[in-house]
Amino acid sequence: MQKDITNETLELIRRTSSSLPKDVEDRLRASIEKEEPGSAARGALETIMKNIELSRANATPICQDTGTPIFYVHYPEGWSTRKLKEQIRSAMVEATKRSFMRPNAVDAIYDKNSGNNLGGEDFPTIHFEEVDADQPLTVELMLKGGGCENVGRQYSLPDNSVGAGRDLAGVRKVVLDAVQKAQGYGCAPGILGVSIGGDRGSSYAKSKEVLFSKMGTRNADPEIAKLEERLTDEANQMGIGPMGFGGKTTVLDTKITGMHRLPASYFVTVSYMCWAYRRRKLTVKGEEVEYD
Amino acid sequence: MRELTVPISDEDIRSVHIGEPVLLSGIMMTGRDAVHKWMSETFIKKTRQPQGDDLQVYEEIKKILDQGVLYHCGPVVSGIATKEYKFVAAGPTTSTREEPYQADVMKHFNIRGVIGKGGMGPKTLKGCMETPGVYFHAIGGAASFLAQTVQKVLGVYKLEEFGVPEAMWVIEVKDFPVVVTMDSHGQSKHSTLDESSKQVLDELLAKPY
Repeated sequence: MQKDITNETLELIRRTSSSLPKDVEDRLRASIEKEEPGSAARGALETIMKNIELSRANATPICQDTGTPIFYVHYPEGWSTRKLKEQIRSAMVEATKRSFMRPNAVDAIYDKNSGNNLGGEDFPTIHFEEVDADQPLTVELMLKGGGCENVGRQYSLPDNSVGAGRDLAGVRKVVLDAVQKAQGYGCAPGILGVSIGGDRGSSYAKSKEVLFSKMGTRNADPEIAKLEERLTDEANQMGIGPMGFGGKTTVLDTKITGMHRLPASYFVTVSYMCWAYRRRKLTVKGEEVEYD
Repeated sequence: MRELTVPISDEDIRSVHIGEPVLLSGIMMTGRDAVHKWMSETFIKKTRQPQGDDLQVYEEIKKILDQGVLYHCGPVVSGIATKEYKFVAAGPTTSTREEPYQADVMKHFNIRGVIGKGGMGPKTLKGCMETPGVYFHAIGGAASFLAQTVQKVLGVYKLEEFGVPEAMWVIEVKDFPVVVTMDSHGQSKHSTLDESSKQVLDELLAKPY
């Protein structure tokens, strides 16, 4: 039996917008000690921690830019995706009324804000994937702010500007270049989602998908895992720091994933996620409802 | 910590330097992409005829911005239906999008400080020296915390026309925390960090894989 998930989705949106996941919060708190006492970098991190606690306690948005809502829904065989989509969309309207979300959908051609976070068929973005009938329904939500979205980059290798060829050595070079170009604009400290391969569109989507995994989750391939750690370490050597105030904490984690590509194309896509790394998951199994 | 109250005198704004944390209090106004475009086209470059209540709004915001502070922010505001406005979440937005307009807007309205995030470019830095004014960097994403420094929403302009995030909200704040990252003496924390990080990047790129 398909359950109406409007209320559960509303609660998922509230939690995602106002309560930062613990793994992200822990990583941010641990970075405070790395910054000099009295420095602007440390002050920024301390303000960030206060903000995280306050948002959670008052159920107010962590950031006023409540971002692009990106949903990934895994639904049991037989459920109607048309109904799920309607329910998610009505939860979005209600979440906007209750100020969990800022009205964030602007018609790009007519320059008009829709006022309710619905915009055509594409806003919010909802990806559907079917699972076996005995599996639970899961709804994952990421809210990705515009500031960090704007500093995302896609490279077509070879890229002569940084001497990057079509191999992992080249991937390393362009990712470091992306971090330097991002400076503090994307609300550092950030988290990097990197996708290698695909076409331009699929590569961008994949670079965000990989951001749904927890902090510290490493790629199963040991060489890629090593590159992930090396990139985080080298990015932090650049001294950009929280908010671009200067400091040791520029990138909190790097996640790399690979896709198949055409022989002619070699894209490396870097999605930059700000410190307000808002992602949560709803699981529905019969009458049981769980939020993670 | 250094405290400044709006309106800010020339002397006070000249006395703050990059890297300095400041607590701001007093009345300020929000304004971002739509506002800068509107100000520039209608009143500065005059490529667009004033329409509707444009001139009336212009006269009122001139008073607010004289020796005042403009905040790059698109807030979440509750009480829209009842007009009992309250700032729920109000962190800074990325400022660089206003780079084409900012220096002219600062000079035209005699603005002492622009609050935002990410910093701005050489044209604005020159504007800071000439007006004089500074760029105050707020903590991006710290929206609930910063909204708590807003004591009162005094009014709003162009709400219907620009929408909630883009409207001009007039607010009274107390102890709003910022860091000066561009000052009126031609110093920019952003350009020095851009250069130093580029140097490190070049060294890293030269290393073998």
